[in-house]
Amino acid sequence: MNIRHALIAAAAFGSALSTPAMAHRQWLLPSTTTLAGTSEYVTVDGAVSNDLFYADHFPIDPAQIKVWAPDGTEGQVENAATLRYRSTFDVKIDKPGTWVIGMERTGLMGSFKVNGETWRVGNRGRNGGGGAGGRMPGPAMNRPAGEAAPKFVATAAEIPANATDVKLSETIARNYVYVTADAPTAASYRVTGKGLEFQPITLPGSLVADEEGQFRFLVDGKPAAGLTVAVVPGAKKYREAEDAQELKTGADGVLHVKWPVPGMYWLNATTTDVKTTEPKATERRLSFTTVLEVVAP
Amino acid sequence: MNLKTLPSIPLLAATTMAVPAAAATVSVTVPRINVAEYHKPYVVGWLEPVAGGEAKTVFVWYDLKKGGREPGTKWLADLRTWWRKGGRSLKLPADGVSGATRAPGTYQIPLPNVPAGQYVLKVEAARETGGRELVSVPITVPRGGGAASGKTELGAVSIR
Repeated sequence: MNIRHALIAAAAFGSALSTPAMAHRQWLLPSTTTLAGTSEYVTVDGAVSNDLFYADHFPIDPAQIKVWAPDGTEGQVENAATLRYRSTFDVKIDKPGTWVIGMERTGLMGSFKVNGETWRVGNRGRNGGGGAGGRMPGPAMNRPAGEAAPKFVATAAEIPANATDVKLSETIARNYVYVTADAPTAASYRVTGKGLEFQPITLPGSLVADEEGQFRFLVDGKPAAGLTVAVVPGAKKYREAEDAQELKTGADGVLHVKWPVPGMYWLNATTTDVKTTEPKATERRLSFTTVLEVVAP
Repeated sequence: MNLKTLPSIPLLAATTMAVPAAAATVSVTVPRINVAEYHKPYVVGWLEPVAGGEAKTVFVWYDLKKGGREPGTKWLADLRTWWRKGGRSLKLPADGVSGATRAPGTYQIPLPNVPAGQYVLKVEAARETGGRELVSVPITVPRGGGAASGKTELGAVSIR
């Protein structure tokens, strides 16, 4: 390689590096979503990574996971373990119908200044921090050596009266997966009427590559029109293209998805509005994430 | 290939008697597959009305006798199309429908009496450590016959 080519290559490499890092994707990956009978377990991996579903970055804390049986009673997380790149746990699927497994993180995050010094609001980014895409900062992550740790307050109430540049957002980040024993149950998709929620028309457990998937999204219980939803299949290592789709819901809040390949898909919807419950917050960030299994016809 | 007839199951026989003499029979061939680890496949046949409506399971061959922690029903979901089209709502074992897995060979199964109309008979096979295949044969009830063949996990499927 001559010098000129080397420089071009270096420039290309440099620009690739300088493009903003894609938000890491948070995912829960069940070993299967479809079971015959009620004598089985599913084992679920939870991780945060760019590529799906390669656990190569950070585990999800299994203590945040909750389980609901089809009848709405709470199920159990068993055999949880947090590994270097992923966590893993089992769920006993002992009742017929669709089980809901996942987590909801709510919280306040933001910053303000006092005498020119920046303070952060939030529980140090854990259990209630985290961005819509599922950022999960570890201790001292991304902080240049020698730089002082930012100062934190846990709640909006602790923001002093003389604070300036208050930027505060509320988050409700949901990440659920669905596992069905025998026939699926539409009643498992309970609506709370708060934040961003998922109401499938084609039920998970019935998704097939040659049939369109239809899912309704709700914000505060009402159809979320024009919502942007990313739909990304896993296993891109074995293809040329990522095959990611960025789709929008219609006026009825319904998303229509065509599946390019059979497989496990990551689906993520995010939106912001100003319907905050905390008076000092200026923005509300809502997200919903799931993983859907789409079988070959 | 040896021709075998299904061992008669009481309710199957009863169904046969209830149907007029012209009742159709489906013939399904389970092919011999030369692999180091062979397990007899799970095979299911069902009728789907072309106009829409519920699928009617005609027969399902699975490991009926295996119980315990991993009962034979565990792998019924591997018959993934049938499972989605109605298998998951069916109570098994079902008289005249459930049967044990079959060795390679050709089997005759009487079709149940269904209202006249256009149907597709679907036969799906899934084999442990093996493949899965779905064969579709459109038929008209009454009088219609038809045939199709699988390439891997199923041989000829014909209706007379």
